[in-house]
Amino acid sequence: MPVSQTNSRVVYSALKNCGIRLVSVLPETWLVHLIRMAEDDPEMTLVRLAKEEEGVGVSAGAHFAGVKSAMLMQNHGFLASINGIVSFAQLYRIPLLMIVSYRGHFGERDPWQTQGGSVTEPLLRALGIPYAFLDDPLTVEKRIAEAQTWAYASLHPAALLLTRQLMWEEPR
Amino acid sequence: MQRLECLRAIYANLDDCLVVSIMGAVACELQSLGHRENFFYLQHAMGLASSTGLGLALSLPDRKVVVFDGDGSVLMNLGGLTTLARYHPRNLVHVIFDNESLLSVGGFPTATATGTNLEEIARGAGISRTATVRALHEFTAAFESAMQADELSCLVAKVEAVGPSGYVTDLALLENRFQFQRHIAKRRLK
Repeated sequence: MPVSQTNSRVVYSALKNCGIRLVSVLPETWLVHLIRMAEDDPEMTLVRLAKEEEGVGVSAGAHFAGVKSAMLMQNHGFLASINGIVSFAQLYRIPLLMIVSYRGHFGERDPWQTQGGSVTEPLLRALGIPYAFLDDPLTVEKRIAEAQTWAYASLHPAALLLTRQLMWEEPR
Repeated sequence: MQRLECLRAIYANLDDCLVVSIMGAVACELQSLGHRENFFYLQHAMGLASSTGLGLALSLPDRKVVVFDGDGSVLMNLGGLTTLARYHPRNLVHVIFDNESLLSVGGFPTATATGTNLEEIARGAGISRTATVRALHEFTAAFESAMQADELSCLVAKVEAVGPSGYVTDLALLENRFQFQRHIAKRRLK
């Protein structure tokens, strides 16, 4: 599977260095290595969800308890979580950090991903959720740290989009 | 059996745990008995009270967490029962007040009115410590035993579809949220 293990490690290390000790996840292809890293890490609480929206509640509970967390999901999982994001994370000012694999954008071969790919950014903008791209291993840690800093300062959700450039190593 | 009398019967047992309540009648009735800083009312996001309880319970394994849920909310997040079962936090008590109705929006029947059994769903999800109760003394006994147990418990309380006349209280959502978080932080420092 041509998902970049090296860059997954960069992302995982960045999450750890930001003090994140709980991640809620729903598997998707680009996240396989990240999930395995969380599985193998005794310092990380891994919460496997049935549906992504649960992760909003789990992260809110962790936040109340003083534990830093992140949701790892596909952009379709973000779509499936929108009520929770609006009527919990935004309504109650939860600094929800979302790491979202940006499927269905340019370069995508799976037809079923394309519709979600084209609405992801417009929806983030419509919801007023600031986002940045994780597209270069050299800037991943800084961008995650800055997004988290902003989320805690503003008490508001923030999103990081895992891009194809970072996550996918096209076989030649 | 009425939900308000259930809450009244166990109110004294709620001073040392963390309580997450759903919106509507449950939140309103609990507040009518007396708000405490260890009570959080999730006044929207139906279905996520149990997920919030899970996040709290996993993060604070030494504190008891009580979730007051409802049939309408649980039906919106049945998958959440499987997640609770998977992590089976020993410090979580999940109470589902089942009035077979979406009371606050006109009293329309939920699927539990036509045969859906939430205790069996919880058991099927993998939660082994479950009960369904219909009388107040049964509820009180089952709740107290769940609070003593060192095991995830799911208690379905069949209650009448009656509630308060209104649902807005004078406790602002954010006031409640920050007070709850501060309460936990203060306890952690002790």
